[in-house]
Amino acid sequence: MSEMRLIQAVRDGLREELAAKPEVFLIGQDIGVNGGVFRVTDGLFEEFGPDRVIDSPLAESGMVGVAIGAALNGMRPVVEIQFADFIFPAFNQLVSEAAMMYYRTNGEYSVPMVVRAPYGGGVRGGLYHSQSVEAFFAHVPGLKVVVPSSPYDAKGLLKAAIRDDNPVLFFEHKLGYNTVQGEVPEGDYVVPIGEAAVRREGESLSLISYGLSVHHCLEAAEVLSGEGISCEVVDLRTVRPLDTVTLLESVKKTGRACIVHEDNLTGGVGAEVAAIIAKDAFDYLDAPVQRVAAPDVPSFPYSPELEDALLPGPADVIKMARELAAY
Amino acid sequence: MLANGEAYRLCDSGLDDSDALQIYRHMLLARAISEKNWLLTRQGRVLFSMPSDGQEASDVASAYALDTQVDFIVPYARNLGAMLVKGMTSQEVMLNMFGKAADPNSGGRQMPQHWGHKRLGIISMGSSVGTTIPRAAGVALATKLRGENAVTAVYFGEGSASEGDFHEGLAFAGVHRLPVVFICNNNGWATSVPANSQNSNTQVSKRAEGYGFPGVTVDGLDPLAVYQAVKTAVDRARSGNGPTLVETITIRMMPHSSSDDHLRYRTQEELDAERELDPLPRFRNFLITAGLLDEESDQTLLDAVDQEVEEAISYADASPSPDPATALEGVYAP
Repeated sequence: MSEMRLIQAVRDGLREELAAKPEVFLIGQDIGVNGGVFRVTDGLFEEFGPDRVIDSPLAESGMVGVAIGAALNGMRPVVEIQFADFIFPAFNQLVSEAAMMYYRTNGEYSVPMVVRAPYGGGVRGGLYHSQSVEAFFAHVPGLKVVVPSSPYDAKGLLKAAIRDDNPVLFFEHKLGYNTVQGEVPEGDYVVPIGEAAVRREGESLSLISYGLSVHHCLEAAEVLSGEGISCEVVDLRTVRPLDTVTLLESVKKTGRACIVHEDNLTGGVGAEVAAIIAKDAFDYLDAPVQRVAAPDVPSFPYSPELEDALLPGPADVIKMARELAAY
Repeated sequence: MLANGEAYRLCDSGLDDSDALQIYRHMLLARAISEKNWLLTRQGRVLFSMPSDGQEASDVASAYALDTQVDFIVPYARNLGAMLVKGMTSQEVMLNMFGKAADPNSGGRQMPQHWGHKRLGIISMGSSVGTTIPRAAGVALATKLRGENAVTAVYFGEGSASEGDFHEGLAFAGVHRLPVVFICNNNGWATSVPANSQNSNTQVSKRAEGYGFPGVTVDGLDPLAVYQAVKTAVDRARSGNGPTLVETITIRMMPHSSSDDHLRYRTQEELDAERELDPLPRFRNFLITAGLLDEESDQTLLDAVDQEVEEAISYADASPSPDPATALEGVYAP
């Protein structure tokens, strides 16, 4: 075991898969000599060379299209989209091509491809360097969507994603890269896609989250425990497919649920989770299902005062949890 | 056999007598299937088709320049002739037209003529045109990274050359000198929009210069010219010298699809004049002049092709439809 930051865990996962599998290669903008704008791929170009760590032209659709073609011809490409905000030029390639390939060829062709992208706010990145985009892709049959919250999960889930025969979107919180630390074991391991984890056991209510927001929930839970409110924190880890068993078990135990994410409210992952709870845990509920999310504004604005006014954090979770507990 | 100028021209193309007759037979088969598809849609037995009438010389002769055993084709819908050369059988084409369970392209999940056949090295296409172009670069990148010498040919119309993916795919292939041949079938029409509404420079091959590799325009109604241009491009790609953009100028004798009425935007006079350019009688006359074909052997070929298509239709029509219980299956690979 060694303590490392989220960014190191992602890098280690990439390095180990590159070393173990000749069919794995990385493609993205500035990921070569520069090591990526966040330095996730730092040192990998030197270690593996220009055929394994490829600097792409500034063309997201082309980059994902190239990766799909390589995946159809026996490779396992890992694409880095520089910021999740810039994934939209590749939306057609992801949704119309990668996601549909296995179904439309009746199982003949699959697309073993990972598309990584840093997401989220809190870094004063403004409208175009702060977005959460998982809900767009969680809507699409044929795609898997992973949002790890810890270094352990980031490495293990990334390895699972690279070994998966389906297209996997892998979102890493950019503020979490260097602020989230944790224990990561030596050597090879995978964390299975589609399994949630209970991060903290509790009795009063369930906080259901993923990505960096899990840490906001844990922080809130700690504060609330001093007030006699015992929060269970469920880390979804994968937002498609959802681990409905784990989240329903938690809600059936606590009778109260709040979904927490940094993505905006309407049509977010929280809406889907709320619908699942309403259908399959209705008889267990003691309070309405609630959500803590960014309000429906286009993205987080640049000014610190404006961004802080919108960014969901532990205080918002605490406020909602108190309301739920008192209901 | 070198009895006249036409025979000399065949000799110069690098094709022999047997190749020329093979190309002709594939052209006849592609035409026969395309015509039957149109009738089948009019009878309501097939729900959709995209005629390839007028495009046979370009499709068949270009695919003939590939090594069909190792090379890849990334197709588009009007590529019937190329599919046949690559090894798809008439029966498989008809299973696809009828949307039957045994269709190797998609088992009834996609509309007809959305080709994809893994065993034959035909990469799957959807309906969103142009997405195939960077995909072809990716197929070729994989080949190159593994040190294999397969060539990837990607086909598209001049309308698809307006998509951003055209630019992004050609740029990537140029930078990495990938073994790709970009084949643009320029028939002058993207459904109802003429080429001069796509771009003020309608010669698509000129754009290759912007990506740092050669572009050529050839008469897409002449199989020998198409074969020579594509063979040169394939050899160049296979020897590690990078991509080529080959533009074949063709005609679209029929509407865009069975759902289109081309008289809404073209005149009958124009269509009649274009029909005079039909590549099939032109190549037939060439073969007769070259002494490779006569009326009798031509009729024998036509009869054999017709019989093959009729048998394929009967086979496909009788083949089972997909089981509705399977409609939910195959969203994710296991």
